Amino acid sequence: MSIISLKNIHKTYVTGSNRLHVLKGIDLEIEEGEMVSIMGSSGSGKSTLLNVIGLLDNHDEGRYLLDDHEIVRLNETKAAQYRNKLIGFVFQSFNLISFKNALENVAMPLYYQKVSRKKRNLIAMEYLERMGLREWADHHPNELSGGQKQRIAIARALVAKPKVILADEPTGALDSQTSHEVMDIFKEINDLGITILIVTHENDIAHRTNRIIRLKDGVIESNIKNGKHQAYTETPIA
Amino acid sequence: MFDLDKWQEIFSTIRSNKLRTFLTGFSVAWGIFMLIILLGSGYGLENGVKREFEGDAVNYISINSGVTSMPHQGMKAGRFIRFENDDKVMLGNIDQVDKSSSRTYVFNGQNLSYKTEYGSFDIFAITPEYYYVESLELTNGRYINDYDVENYRKSVVLGKVVKEALFKQMEPVGEYIKINGVPFKVVGWFDDPGGDRDVSRVYIPVSTAQRVFNMGNYIRNVCLMLDDANTEESEVVLDEARDQLARKYKFNPDDPRALFVYNSIEDFQQFMDLFAGIRLFIWIIGIGTIIAGIVGVSNIMMIVVKERTKEIGVRKSMGATPWSIISLILQESVLITAFAGYIGLVLGVGLLELVSGVLPDTDYFANPEIDFRIAIGATLILVLAGTIAGFVPARKAAAIKPVEALRDE
Repeated sequence: MSIISLKNIHKTYVTGSNRLHVLKGIDLEIEEGEMVSIMGSSGSGKSTLLNVIGLLDNHDEGRYLLDDHEIVRLNETKAAQYRNKLIGFVFQSFNLISFKNALENVAMPLYYQKVSRKKRNLIAMEYLERMGLREWADHHPNELSGGQKQRIAIARALVAKPKVILADEPTGALDSQTSHEVMDIFKEINDLGITILIVTHENDIAHRTNRIIRLKDGVIESNIKNGKHQAYTETPIA
Repeated sequence: MFDLDKWQEIFSTIRSNKLRTFLTGFSVAWGIFMLIILLGSGYGLENGVKREFEGDAVNYISINSGVTSMPHQGMKAGRFIRFENDDKVMLGNIDQVDKSSSRTYVFNGQNLSYKTEYGSFDIFAITPEYYYVESLELTNGRYINDYDVENYRKSVVLGKVVKEALFKQMEPVGEYIKINGVPFKVVGWFDDPGGDRDVSRVYIPVSTAQRVFNMGNYIRNVCLMLDDANTEESEVVLDEARDQLARKYKFNPDDPRALFVYNSIEDFQQFMDLFAGIRLFIWIIGIGTIIAGIVGVSNIMMIVVKERTKEIGVRKSMGATPWSIISLILQESVLITAFAGYIGLVLGVGLLELVSGVLPDTDYFANPEIDFRIAIGATLILVLAGTIAGFVPARKAAAIKPVEALRDE
């Protein structure tokens, strides 16, 4: 069963008299429990695609089903509810809230689910522990390393038990050692059955996913199962 | 609204921007402070002036005879007008006039004595109705009555200052004092809220004065008391009185010097209008100051929204609804304005209390104060102001598309 189903998705940005046609008819099915990477050069539309999937931006044309909900002309309140229940975001720049400590940051999605303070702190602590960051719970983001921050961000994305994790260049600001640790975490999460979509331009990151989707100029260029027979070293990176 | 987490969020942003919050709050506090001080001073002025009026009725017209300044019906200018006893009755018959009184003065000497104590004071020879003109408070005894006037009795009512000068601590009622050598029986003494001038005199019956001090049947002043006439009605009465007197004494009714008129109704009305004007002016200035404060808060909230755009994006990605963003910004705004405004209110009221406690009671300024309703009103204005100040920035914050907010650096 597809958790994400995109049919002929178009997206155009209009700035003044300029029209920028970013997504030019995307057809994509992602099954529940998959771990998929989206690759492409900058300007290929990969971030836009992720934003459309994450309901951070709306598509202009086409049909989008998220967990069997038809996404069409959502008002912001409804979109917020879907984001809260179905999706967890992980960003390249972590996007932790600087004046809140690690625990409060992780607990935030539960706050928007109106979970009581005590209960959400308990749950948040549990997720921090799974990330091995229990003793960092009352530290503020500026006291933490990049890897720690990203693990907190992942804990935050997971805390509301979403069906899909959308990660936009999650390792873009991390060194390769930390990147691999983060990917290990994603793998573990994926093993629990949560669908993961990672936008990246790093081959070895994409390499660790089940499927690699390559975007070029707003269309899907290739959509390859990433089995044992990959030939990635030969593919030129734009 | 009473969500603890939201308050914690607000306090943490306030904590991280102490100076900015302080400056914003200060502008609001200052606005309210000024409004309170202005209003309080306005009331002080009003109270003071009202107290000046307290000594007298505020619904009478006083007409004094003067000297003509225009030739009329073949008579030269410069003629003295002298009212007579029956003018009181004549003018008292004018429509709208409730009571009329006559008054004259005893001029030669004004020597008052009791045993070895003596002094010189104004002597008002009056008819009993004059009691209502001066709003006296009799401390003991009675005022001059009709019986005194009809029977030419030598009765006298003393002002408090006169009583203290002649009798010290003694009770004067029943004693005899001498006025220019003529004994008069003290029938009462009084105090008057109008001030020292009004209590440094004695009252005797007009008929007695005319007979004892050889003043014929002349009087110098007629006071007309009108019930609750407004300014226009009092003007009509005055015109009628002027016409009747002009006919009787043959002077030009337009002659400005033939009569000296004091219309307390008009005077009082003018003061009341003046204060209504001052109050309006104060409110306009006060509201203006508060608006300046609100614009300040609104501006700051605009910056807050701008600074927190990214954070708002992150919150939205986690499922924050537009309403939750609006209420976050709105509550911060209301909190800052309400808190700062409250401080301004307290400081303003405190200063007024201090001033009214320390300030000696001077004429034309008494008890600067703010009544409870105004304080409540100001508080409501503040909360409303905070809401308005926060609303535009909050709407802006809620309207930011999450994807754009997240892109913001």
